[in-house]
Amino acid sequence: MRILVNGAWRESAGGELAEVLAELGYGDAVVATAVNGEFVAAAARAATPVADGDRIEVLAPMQGG
Amino acid sequence: MLELYGITVRSRLLLGTARYPSPAVLSEAVRAARCEVVTVSLRREAGGKRAGQGFWAIVRALGVRVLPNTAGCHSVKEAVTTAHMAREVFGTRWIKLEVIGEEDTLQPDVFALVEAAAILCRDGFEVFPYTTEDLVVAQRLLAGGCRVLMPWAAPIGSGRGLNNLFALRALRAHFPAVPLIIDAGLGVPSHAAQALELGFDAVLVNTAVAQARDPVQMAAAFAQAVEAGHAARLAGPIEPRDLAAPSTPVVGTAFTG
Repeated sequence: MRILVNGAWRESAGGELAEVLAELGYGDAVVATAVNGEFVAAAARAATPVADGDRIEVLAPMQGG
Repeated sequence: MLELYGITVRSRLLLGTARYPSPAVLSEAVRAARCEVVTVSLRREAGGKRAGQGFWAIVRALGVRVLPNTAGCHSVKEAVTTAHMAREVFGTRWIKLEVIGEEDTLQPDVFALVEAAAILCRDGFEVFPYTTEDLVVAQRLLAGGCRVLMPWAAPIGSGRGLNNLFALRALRAHFPAVPLIIDAGLGVPSHAAQALELGFDAVLVNTAVAQARDPVQMAAAFAQAVEAGHAARLAGPIEPRDLAAPSTPVVGTAFTG
């Protein structure tokens, strides 16, 4: 299936958000996630299914003013 | 000592972490400023590059408190969602709430700001709203649960200093017990000293330090200016007057009859 990750379309095997993150290479990274504009807490990722066409945001600490 | 949501900080200089020539210079500038609070942000992380992970390691090594921002958000929904993401990643209830309303000036959308601030305060956040000098907006932010305000001096990165002295003085006078942190638009240490002399509790500086020819030296200079401005405020500055008042006593002057 295809999902939109940080604004770019990606192929994914799907599953729960935790599995998709591992598949994308974020397995052990300090990141925060949102699916379709809604925040998904780290503790909820294993119980949040990702569907075809979903928009996923993966954010990490960055410089800011 | 300055108290922000129950946390006491000694330094009245907060630093942003963006636009430094290198991570090493950022770290050295934070140490030179002796600051205890730095602002950070969240951005999309590319899976393989892990830039954010490296940055976070650098900030944690500094041993300072972080104030995450919602920079780049243009709506209530974006800002609220970003705040929730920041709370989880950075492990703090503090959030510097930015909702940008206009691209040329990066002026806050104060209507969305008030709405987002109330939502986040209800959700248990400790909100530092980046706002204008508008008195009524300040009232609404406080009514919504904010206990700190961050009025701008001038547009972000402009280096123009305190643009609207009259309104900033009024803001300070109206809310004598609310911590007010001047955020954005300062260019040189004298601007920071002026803010503290007027009674503002602290300043947040980023571009003026990060983009200086020598950011570390500029960070130290801002630290000294903030200390001087605060000491001057405590010492009670004289009132300006239009006519001269001789500083040397006139009694006993020679050749006077």
